[in-house]
Amino acid sequence: MAIKYTPDHEWLNVEGDTATVGITHHAQDALGDVVFVDLPEVGKTFAAKDVAGVVESVKAAADVYMPVTGEITEVNEALRADPALANTDPLGAGWFFKVKLSNASELDALMDETSYTAFSVNA
Amino acid sequence: MDFDLPLQEIAMSASAPDSSLLLTPLNALHLELGARMVPFAGYSMPVQYPAGLMAEHHHTRKAAGLFDVSHMGQLRLVGPDAAAAFESLIPVDVIDLPVGKQRYGLLLNDEGGIIDDLMFFNKGNNEIFVIVNGACKVGDIAHIQAQIGSRCQVIPMPEMALLALQGPQAVTALSRLAPGVEKLVFMTGGNFTVDTGAQKIEVFLTRSGYTGEDGFEISVHKDHAEALARALLAQAEVKPIGLGARNSLRLEAGLCLYGNDIDTTTNPVEANLLWAMQKVRRAGGARAGGFPGATKILAALADSTGAAAPKGTKKRVGLIALERIPVRDHTELQDGQGNKIGEVTSGLLGPTIDKPVAMGYVDAAFSALGTQVVAIVRGKPVPMEVSGMPFVPTRYYRG
Repeated sequence: MAIKYTPDHEWLNVEGDTATVGITHHAQDALGDVVFVDLPEVGKTFAAKDVAGVVESVKAAADVYMPVTGEITEVNEALRADPALANTDPLGAGWFFKVKLSNASELDALMDETSYTAFSVNA
Repeated sequence: MDFDLPLQEIAMSASAPDSSLLLTPLNALHLELGARMVPFAGYSMPVQYPAGLMAEHHHTRKAAGLFDVSHMGQLRLVGPDAAAAFESLIPVDVIDLPVGKQRYGLLLNDEGGIIDDLMFFNKGNNEIFVIVNGACKVGDIAHIQAQIGSRCQVIPMPEMALLALQGPQAVTALSRLAPGVEKLVFMTGGNFTVDTGAQKIEVFLTRSGYTGEDGFEISVHKDHAEALARALLAQAEVKPIGLGARNSLRLEAGLCLYGNDIDTTTNPVEANLLWAMQKVRRAGGARAGGFPGATKILAALADSTGAAAPKGTKKRVGLIALERIPVRDHTELQDGQGNKIGEVTSGLLGPTIDKPVAMGYVDAAFSALGTQVVAIVRGKPVPMEVSGMPFVPTRYYRG
């Protein structure tokens, strides 16, 4: 399945009933050099739009929202150890966490790449 | 994600420039260099260039960085009474400052609160050159004019740009174009000619800055600012540095940012800026008092040096987090029992020290070096230790 995007500049890559979540290239570019991430606890359940983590650069801090309702199944310990991965490979090695979807229909409200690109240019 | 600063930047970069913002004489150069521009002190200013804040910070510490600080206010005080008149506004020794030397000062209000911090320089011939903060300059100039305009000429210099060249290789780069600057020591200055090859540019410069590094601040007519900046950027050591790195550099150097760390609600005693008040202006000095808020400031000073500071007195301190979690501006500080004892006024992950550093105000009882306090970051306690400043050793050139 294709990657989905939120208006809050997160991306989701859905495989089966699990989505991998990270921040977009546009988001990391706006933040600048990422120096710290706070990741959620594995096993914790969040509603869509809950604050699930934090990403900080030297100049700014931003909340990372849970894009969909679900339970955290895995977090990226490599990102915690090397937050710069969010800059160097935001859609790959810089992923934040994986979430087991409670309600797959929530994905329908999210943007595809074309919509997000247009959105982020005008944001 | 929910952005604070970056969201504004995204909006800025996507929409037409805010036409109400002022532009420095280097605006076109910033855009050509690919800077990300943000509103600051009423100006459109470069927050970072494509290299990014971290790279710019490190470059300044190891080589030389060029900063556009033309938003800052420059003015001259001229007349035989200028030094004595200016002394009536700041708790600092102006009269005895030798010709050719620069000093830090604080404009105070009648309650002893800090209106602005500034640098001033004795140019000789009854002339004092003053640099104030950009965000405060309109108010400062009006204040100075109103208070001492009858005793000396107060002459704003909006025709002048200000560039800072900072870092251990600043002197190498600048002395190539302006031989002689290498002879200056920290907090001295003078008139120099910068030979760009294509033209000779007259400048007034001081060996000082806001990064903790050796370096220069260069006042130049706006018509020649871009040519000067290009000549400096053509030197192998020099790269352009934005306001983002300027902030991380100054915090590591333990230097206050007006509006964050000091303002009209803080006085020089609380702000731990007593080093800026020479003995001659303190109790027992030859020209003790005689500045706005003197009674209050000198009483606070006597209390702070006595056996015990009065309860409730706050003091500015440096703080280092004991976990690798950045502690930002406005974070609450508590004692071990959950009582609020203060607040962070500036904080970030220091790129050179590679630790979260901050400055803030704590109850004086918690101000001793090594005292542990607790910062509340997103509801979670982060232990911090009161630390001496600067966080990174300064490398001023003292000859």
